Amino acid sequence: MKKEEKKEYVNKKGLRLDGRKVDETRPIKITAGVLKNAKGSCYLEWGINKVLVSVQGPREVLPKHMANPLKAIVKFTYRMAAFSVPDRKNPRPGRRDIEISKVCGEALEKAILLEKYPNTQIEVWAQVLDSNAGSRVAVLTAASVALADAGIPMKDLVTAVAVGRADGKIIVDLNKEEEDAPDAVDMPIAMMTNSQEIVLLQMDGLFSKKEWEEAYEMSLKALEDVKKHQINALKQQFKEPIETKTTEKKEDNQVFSKSLSKNSPSDETKKEKHSSEKKVVKTEEKEIKSEVQ
Amino acid sequence: MQKDVLLELKSDKILNNLKEGKRADGRKLDEYRKIKIEKDLFHNAEGSAKVFLGNTEVIAGVKFIPGAPYPDSPAEGTISVGTELIPLASPYFESGPPSMDSIELARVVDRGIRESKAVDFKKLCVKEGEVVLIGFVDIYAINYDGNLFDACSIAAISALNQAKIPKIEDGKVVKEEFSGKLKLERKPLLSTFAKIGNALVLDPDLAEETAMQARFSVATTEDNFVSAFQKGISGSLKKDDIDNAIDIAFKAAKEIRKMI
Repeated sequence: MKKEEKKEYVNKKGLRLDGRKVDETRPIKITAGVLKNAKGSCYLEWGINKVLVSVQGPREVLPKHMANPLKAIVKFTYRMAAFSVPDRKNPRPGRRDIEISKVCGEALEKAILLEKYPNTQIEVWAQVLDSNAGSRVAVLTAASVALADAGIPMKDLVTAVAVGRADGKIIVDLNKEEEDAPDAVDMPIAMMTNSQEIVLLQMDGLFSKKEWEEAYEMSLKALEDVKKHQINALKQQFKEPIETKTTEKKEDNQVFSKSLSKNSPSDETKKEKHSSEKKVVKTEEKEIKSEVQ
Repeated sequence: MQKDVLLELKSDKILNNLKEGKRADGRKLDEYRKIKIEKDLFHNAEGSAKVFLGNTEVIAGVKFIPGAPYPDSPAEGTISVGTELIPLASPYFESGPPSMDSIELARVVDRGIRESKAVDFKKLCVKEGEVVLIGFVDIYAINYDGNLFDACSIAAISALNQAKIPKIEDGKVVKEEFSGKLKLERKPLLSTFAKIGNALVLDPDLAEETAMQARFSVATTEDNFVSAFQKGISGSLKKDDIDNAIDIAFKAAKEIRKMI
């Protein structure tokens, strides 16, 4: 066996391998409304993770027997691009993809006012383009922004973060290197922070009860941070008057459009039409919009 | 999965009874149904177990297959848990590719065992970098009356605990010869709870599962660690629920561990 140098996951100054503090998340950037064919959408970068989420519906349920006459159903699909991991991933969904799709969909169901749309389905497609630990919390965070962007009424945004342990220290938002620590514990948690209702909770690794409590407390602060990014993304999408918004949006999207090199000139007009159709969550934002119109 | 309409009609009654702290079968909120474990049932399986949890019944079998190790851990074997929700166990199970429920079930049972390091994967190494043993734990539902998570977890640990390791020569299994027994380092067990109204009940039966808004499973070990969490279905939980569940799980799993 090769002898590996022991890594110092948290140094004496309290800094981690990538220079973060124990309770610091990686840089997060969220942009709402990036796909013109989707009812709602979101592009999110979280450290190296890059994910794209679209929302369609509520619309007719297929196959029809799946329909619920009392409420809408949520169909969440989590998929990793073949090039999103160090070794090429078989694009066919594996057991992991299916489990993540299931728990993420269930997490959103609690937040969405499903009773408003009986016999319909709301489809969420989460495509991971680049990954480095924490992709499920990234897609869930992005998905609730995309749902708000689609004008689907919710009790609260669903916000997610992973907390865990590396080398005996409880840390927030583990990257891949930390997730591979010999004693690593990974605990993704998603919450509606206003009511502190936990809608997703998973964990693997060995945790004592005290460590779970410490990790939970740490997640609360991180979730608040992540939620600020979600709210800001939605404010950007809805607050600005429409004329100025189209130009600004173009700038916002630059990182994304560069990578996919698709921002044809006709986008502007389409985007304008598209956004004016959208429902706005807050009444004050509605007022701004109606003034412009 | 499709649900039984009659059970759905019972949901209100279950909810109202729980407001007074009562369960339909008279159990306490933190009490398991009657558990029975039968071991070493099949000649061809290296280890096997049948578990009854009330009317829920599952069978687990272990097979070891020689294979190539993962490049990042050349001296370690591994295990893989699969669950089969076959139509003989319930009128609502369908044949065909594994359902989402089945995949989640298998992965949660797998996670509890793998992450607690219950199996020392180094002991499954035959020749470093070339041949290791992969332990397949396949669990079949025989009768479904709720809480397959705990039934499958008990069955998997029971089957692994007395599994024989086949003798390997030239990368092939020597039939009917064994190099020893698999010794488990720990015996992690899942404890699954249903949140119904404000009540948190251990080991829900099918009627209680039909009435629950949220499901929560926690795997506990004998040395006071939790090794897996899984919250399921669309309801939510508060931190107090989880604290409560962890405390109950430690006590309940301790009793079951004695039977394995």
